[in-house]
Amino acid sequence: MTDAPILNVTDLSVRFPIRGPFGRSLGQIKALDGVSFTLADGEILGLVGESGCGKSTLGKTLMGIQAPTHGSILFEGTEIAGRTPREARALRRRLQYAYQDPGASLDPRWKIGRSLEEPLIIHTDLPRKERLGKVREILTSVGLPAGHTDLFPHEISGGQQRRVGLARILMLNPEVVILDEPTAGLDVSVQATVLRLFRDLRETFDLTYIFISHDLSVVRLMCHRVAVMYLGRIVEIGPVEDLMENPKHPYTQSLLAAIPRINGPRVTENFWLKGEPANAANLPVGCRFQGRCPHVKPICRETDPEDRAIGDSRVACHFAGEVFPPVPVAKKEQIS
Amino acid sequence: MNDVLLSVQNLSLGFRGDGGFAHILDGANMTMRRGEIMGLVGESGCGKTTLASAILGVLPRTALQVRGGSINFDGTDMLVDTNAAEQESVRGRRVTFIPQDPFTSLNPVFTIGQQIEELMKWKSPRRAPGASRLPPIIALYPRARRKIDREKVMEMLNLVQLPSPDQLLKKYPHEVSGGQRQRLMIAMALLPEPDLIIADEPTTALDVTIQAQILGLLRNLATDRGVAVMLTTHDLGSAYEICDRITVMYAGQDVETAPVGEFFNRPTHPYTAKLLDSLPDGGGGMIGIPGELPSFYAPPPGCRFQTRCDRMTEACKTRPPSANAGPNHLVRCFHPLYPTTAPAEKESLA
Repeated sequence: MTDAPILNVTDLSVRFPIRGPFGRSLGQIKALDGVSFTLADGEILGLVGESGCGKSTLGKTLMGIQAPTHGSILFEGTEIAGRTPREARALRRRLQYAYQDPGASLDPRWKIGRSLEEPLIIHTDLPRKERLGKVREILTSVGLPAGHTDLFPHEISGGQQRRVGLARILMLNPEVVILDEPTAGLDVSVQATVLRLFRDLRETFDLTYIFISHDLSVVRLMCHRVAVMYLGRIVEIGPVEDLMENPKHPYTQSLLAAIPRINGPRVTENFWLKGEPANAANLPVGCRFQGRCPHVKPICRETDPEDRAIGDSRVACHFAGEVFPPVPVAKKEQIS
Repeated sequence: MNDVLLSVQNLSLGFRGDGGFAHILDGANMTMRRGEIMGLVGESGCGKTTLASAILGVLPRTALQVRGGSINFDGTDMLVDTNAAEQESVRGRRVTFIPQDPFTSLNPVFTIGQQIEELMKWKSPRRAPGASRLPPIIALYPRARRKIDREKVMEMLNLVQLPSPDQLLKKYPHEVSGGQRQRLMIAMALLPEPDLIIADEPTTALDVTIQAQILGLLRNLATDRGVAVMLTTHDLGSAYEICDRITVMYAGQDVETAPVGEFFNRPTHPYTAKLLDSLPDGGGGMIGIPGELPSFYAPPPGCRFQTRCDRMTEACKTRPPSANAGPNHLVRCFHPLYPTTAPAEKESLA
């Protein structure tokens, strides 16, 4: 891992207008609101938050699937925000996006070999023989027999389909891979296998990951740094151990406390966070977490907090480092 | 024993399909006592939902083939065809259901109020038992009962902490958030005042902060009213949160049943132990269980975990009997991780 950032995102915003009758603008949804972060080469950055907080929008904006309203994305020093489709295509070789179930994005009527070859036909002018060799090579590196090129997706199991989907992403030797909820809906036994595969592939292909997930325990296992998002803004970003052991934003504290911990105190008995996230189309003045924050003060209702640097972390809270989660009352009750 | 509410004995069923007979449940056993919260845990495809649907009687009749076993709910046999009227009075009234996906289980073209009223019209605890003489489409909803039902509905919506219930009833399902819809589902499951709620993965579609709220709510309401809850889930964390007892299933067979404390500290079946080991915070987060579920069309005889088990021997070709590994702790394995006492004979829960 070197220190030069491979990706540098500054003040990135995406707004979706809400249109009424006759295209009248009724307001806007701030899907991303002033997001800044850097991604070092070889790093795994976790992106966590509840549904609707803008995790996937951020991933798609980085890929150029969604155009940013303003802000800049520097990829190895080159501006990639707001490019024309032709320029974006060339960049897409080096940045890849893995959907939640990469296996589902395989064409059921195409043999696996053909699906895997397609990116090479579009993006490179390798002769056919070299293309086929490359397909076999990648297929073996994700742990599948090279003979699978002649099978259809329905002939292999779901787990193998997932591997083929990943192989397809790796065909063009990308540098950054955005993994969007790669373990959502998986059983723990399968999840572990998938995570190990990601880790091995990163070693083999020198990849940098952005790991979008809502599962903090998986993020802790996989990532070097974590960014916590709430309603379109990164509220806390920092090294994984630091953030997990000593969360500074009240939202991060609540998010960590909400995870059931086996043989720990029951979360359901003393969980303090009430209510649901505010409406993204109608954010309150001031801090966006004010409606659910247990430590809310008058200043939170007036000004949106700036990012404050504490150690290696950046925290968007007026009282970062000064607030602590309520101490859980360890009740040892009826378990016999 | 009188406190047994529901008992499933040796249930064996499957579906006829193009590929032959898919043997989904193979001698599944389960017991629920009154007022307890029981977690039914297992990976996807292990038959949790099939078992829940079998109890509710909502499996597709055309393809279903029952090969033996029984489901007994408080004296009513839920499997035989001749018992339809009695079964109908149990379903939806004494056994209710909380679905996995709150997004698709409400009808988008009716308001929430209309849908709750429809439920109460047929399944209100104040409705006289027995079938109506009129055909369903013109069945009456007496004004007096409607008024009481309405009050009960408002009371329940307040209990599940939904904001401004009277306005909520006029809304359409798309106008409320996922967490609120799941609260609504819990309210609808509790309104018929059931004895048993079957909650099929009630929090998998929700965020962690909402999950903690919903699980807490479910536990409090169930304990207050003495309702038994059968919580099927693949998330061991949420099972730990609210369950009194946990039953593990693997590929359509029950493998271990234990009180929650025993379950997490002294897993006795090799499968349970491996499952706990593959939890991300269980130390060996990258281990997993090698291999895949056996095919339901040609399952191995005996214990179905044998194909992935490192303690497998020739004996595993027959199904192991239940053995005691502690108080209320039953396990089905020939090579358990902790010593078990001889097969529990008469003393089994049912």
